[in-house]
Amino acid sequence: MVGLVGRLWNLQYKSIVKEASGKALAVAKFFCVLHVTNTYLCTFALAYGPNMVLTFNLTGDMFLAERLSIKFGKVGPGDIVLLRYPESPRKVMVKCLLGLESHSVTYVVDPMKSDRRDTVVVPKGHVWVEGDNIYNSRDSRQFGPVPYGLLEGKVFCKIWPPKEFGSLMKSGMKDPDL
Amino acid sequence: MSPTFNPRARNFTDDYVLVEKFCLKKYEFSHGDVVVFCSPSNHKEKHIKRIIALPGDWIGTTHNSHDDVLKVPKGHCWVEGDNSASSMDSRSFGPIPLGLVKGRVTHVVWPPQRIGLVERVFPQERVSSFK
Repeated sequence: MVGLVGRLWNLQYKSIVKEASGKALAVAKFFCVLHVTNTYLCTFALAYGPNMVLTFNLTGDMFLAERLSIKFGKVGPGDIVLLRYPESPRKVMVKCLLGLESHSVTYVVDPMKSDRRDTVVVPKGHVWVEGDNIYNSRDSRQFGPVPYGLLEGKVFCKIWPPKEFGSLMKSGMKDPDL
Repeated sequence: MSPTFNPRARNFTDDYVLVEKFCLKKYEFSHGDVVVFCSPSNHKEKHIKRIIALPGDWIGTTHNSHDDVLKVPKGHCWVEGDNSASSMDSRSFGPIPLGLVKGRVTHVVWPPQRIGLVERVFPQERVSSFK
């Protein structure tokens, strides 16, 4: 009698453990896929603040950025990119890419004070980034061209707020005179 | 990075090392850590060098045969190879942003006779960290 109860208990226990481990494995697989996608394919981020006012709202927009273009070098001037701050590796910023290596970039040095412009040639392996809002943006005009290795993703689609959902147009070359 | 890695010029196999990525959560490194980073002049190349100076440190270098003292800017680090005679490191391309670091080397895992921890050593006399 005790043996029968013992065997029934074993059976029930085994099936519970089997189901639990099956579900746990499914969850683990899901997180693996999520991690690989986030690291190598596509990630989402929240942008806020005044430095990209022409493209994003002040209060914060959510968008998708894909990583494959960066890996294969398929970024060019006019793209909006996600990159790490050279001065603070834990922070990520959103800027507009204006020049690749060996491009010549002309920029307004200090738009609040004067119209003085400077021209710089972007060195090998580096890129020049600027925020849309040149009056209130910390970018290559302050810390110089950044190494390409700091680029994290290329923004291709806005997902929040819902009424502004959609792909972002290439902003083209910026002209401070306009 | 000879003799820490690949101590003999024409070895039968290259050294293989274990690189940990948990350090990328906080980007907190110590003097003498050996790290893997993307080259600032070519993002497809990765280099392995030792961190000699951290943000805010003053490092003594020799530039064009005269001695110079540089302050490592915020968010950057100064990396040098152990083999100072032939090494492409911060002495040629300057301090690198910490964002380029992709991992920290902790152990040598191959060949078997060289398995072991990678020690943290650095030239203390060339670095001063006034905070």
